[in-house]
Amino acid sequence: MTLLGWAQIALVLALTVAAAVPLGRYIAAVAGGHVTWLRPVEALFYRAGGIDPERGQDWKSYALAMLAVNAAGFVLLFAILRLQGVLPLNPQGVSGMSSWLAFNTAVSFVTNTNWQAYSGEVAASYLSQMAGLAVQNFLSAATGIALALAVSRAFARGGVRELGNFWADLTRVTLYVLLPLAVVLGFAFVALGMPQTFADYATATTLEGAEQTVPLGPVAFQVAIKHLGTNGGGFFGVNSLHPFEGPDAIATALQIWAQAVIPFALCLTFGRIVGDIRQGRALLAVMVGFVVVATAAIYAAEAAGNPLMTAMGVDPAMGNMEGKDLRFGLPLVALFTATTTGASCGAVNAMLDSFTPLGGMVPLFLIQLGEVLPGGVGSGLYGMLVFALLAVFVAGLMVGRTPEYLGKKVQAREIKLAMLAVLILPTAILGFTAVSLVLPAAVSSIQDAGPHGLSEMLYAYTSAAGNNGSAFGGLTADTPWLNTTLGIAMLLGRFAFVVPVLAIAGSLAAKAKASEGAGTFPTHGPLFAGLLAGVILILGGLQFLPSLTLGPIAEHFTMLAGKSF
Amino acid sequence: MSILRPAATVVLGFTLLLGLAAPAVMTTVAGAVMPRQAGGSLIERDGRVIGSALIGQNFTGERYFHPRPSATSAPDPQDSSKTVDAPYNAAASAASQRGPTSQALLDAVKERVAEAGSAPVPADAVTASGSGLDPDISPENAARQVARVARVRGLPEERVRALVDASTAGPWLGILGAPRVNVLRLNLALDSAG
Repeated sequence: MTLLGWAQIALVLALTVAAAVPLGRYIAAVAGGHVTWLRPVEALFYRAGGIDPERGQDWKSYALAMLAVNAAGFVLLFAILRLQGVLPLNPQGVSGMSSWLAFNTAVSFVTNTNWQAYSGEVAASYLSQMAGLAVQNFLSAATGIALALAVSRAFARGGVRELGNFWADLTRVTLYVLLPLAVVLGFAFVALGMPQTFADYATATTLEGAEQTVPLGPVAFQVAIKHLGTNGGGFFGVNSLHPFEGPDAIATALQIWAQAVIPFALCLTFGRIVGDIRQGRALLAVMVGFVVVATAAIYAAEAAGNPLMTAMGVDPAMGNMEGKDLRFGLPLVALFTATTTGASCGAVNAMLDSFTPLGGMVPLFLIQLGEVLPGGVGSGLYGMLVFALLAVFVAGLMVGRTPEYLGKKVQAREIKLAMLAVLILPTAILGFTAVSLVLPAAVSSIQDAGPHGLSEMLYAYTSAAGNNGSAFGGLTADTPWLNTTLGIAMLLGRFAFVVPVLAIAGSLAAKAKASEGAGTFPTHGPLFAGLLAGVILILGGLQFLPSLTLGPIAEHFTMLAGKSF
Repeated sequence: MSILRPAATVVLGFTLLLGLAAPAVMTTVAGAVMPRQAGGSLIERDGRVIGSALIGQNFTGERYFHPRPSATSAPDPQDSSKTVDAPYNAAASAASQRGPTSQALLDAVKERVAEAGSAPVPADAVTASGSGLDPDISPENAARQVARVARVRGLPEERVRALVDASTAGPWLGILGAPRVNVLRLNLALDSAG
């Protein structure tokens, strides 16, 4: 670790937090329907869809509308992926995906996971990439943000049934937030070297006379929304490591900015919607704190290098370079990895499977903590609010008082629903991992022997259930068993989580909003932030400790003992 | 049903807008304003495309600087169900994906260290890059290759060292990123120097 390295991390993180302030204000204005510069396009959607944007929906109607859009998106995407071989814009003549793979991929993009059991330049046509996958990048992100807005509104006022209008939220967030940001960022990415073309792959004759196929495509725009929407699904197989998807350190810094700025901003949007910006700042502080600690841990682990290689005569000065490209440098790799796994993005600018054991454990653990640090666009905020409810509940137990959050009494119903939501993640992750570790059809997908093999399987289900999408890539994921079960884990992680959360929102919205009294536990100060961090660590993290001990921690100590597998 | 119409409208409408119209506009504008970058930063020499400035390519001859190890592969021409090693195959980017305690990884590194000469060896020279297409090597790695290239080409070492320096990029604004030497640019400069 160097001082210059820390300066890079501090600079990029500071610019991200700084941009989140105005963006948070802007998203709040969009949510309130006060932003109208694309009004004609917006109105066109309402007219064609028979949508009345002013009509509020209760939590059930809101949830149904959300499920309908995602179901329709799934059907369309599945069809495109199956039929890409006969559809236009397929200069490489890529054939249709198998039904297992198309199911997995469609679920993956609709749930904002972007787990990829295929490699983009080999198995996806230009049409599938831009009209199939990238559209879901936008819609799944807008779905997440809409849900976060709906949940935020539940705390704003007392005695209401309506959480907003899903159609209006989705349309506005897409048109006014995601689209303009993606266009600007897309052009910046082209300037930095990302292709944006419909031309066929180029064929080059190298200096030594060999033939090299240079893949191209409409890359820049798709990569822009891939980060802004915390989707993470790469245009190319190696994601942001590909020289066309991560051409240099500035591009990678911009991607870090893009994948964290909306989750950060939504905390402040929440603060504005509930009428107390300090509440949003407290949540943001907890998120940033975890990102900093995680970045430091990854940076330290990777900079130390691999002692087994050092013993062979490899200079440890550059750190662990297997699976990394040179141009980003370790500090930006560490910050990128912490934000991409903390933020449920899942893009990578270094191969996590080849990280040192502890360096690879940090991203794994960040996902297991519930994807709230800062979490995916929208999903991070509503996940964080579930933990906030549990934190005030724990505080209430300590003093024997009915807990309140933002003037809303938190009672048995909310806590039961919150626990239901929180238990989805360990159930899906540990359940599927345990089954897969004894099933021969699944075990044969594991590449590495020893504890690392267990980490590969554990990471896959963690990533899927957490809707992250990054991977320990040694695992052969394109098999019927993994495609199917990982798809189910993604669906559980997204929809089985959010429906109880919306139910909590519906229940809280209907309650009266009590004014703050002398006995109210303040939820904007360092005491609450500390309590919240503790609840996330204990509730989110503790149940995964045994599996981490068998995987990365065991591998770390065997590595220190000089053993390989 | 009241929910199907808005759902279909939103999904189809945004597919037209975000999936077709927006990328078409982006592609047209980017192609007009930044044709080189939008087209993949291709480099031509004598009217033939010799590669992309951003994508690494394989060099094995003594007279060129060598890139980092690459774990990309290609379908086996004899048996399409298998793959064979094909370093810098840009048609299928890939990493080794080997874990830190993998014997296969450590064996490969050991072999490369033995070929690389005196220890300690810069890590980038003996580890496979994440993309399999890393266009760069570290300045330390380049410095170790100067004597060989100079000898084979009959150039003074200072001359080769100057070419290395000219192909070295520092961190952006002295802050962001790591110092690196673009191998293709360096080897092109060597060819021009004779």
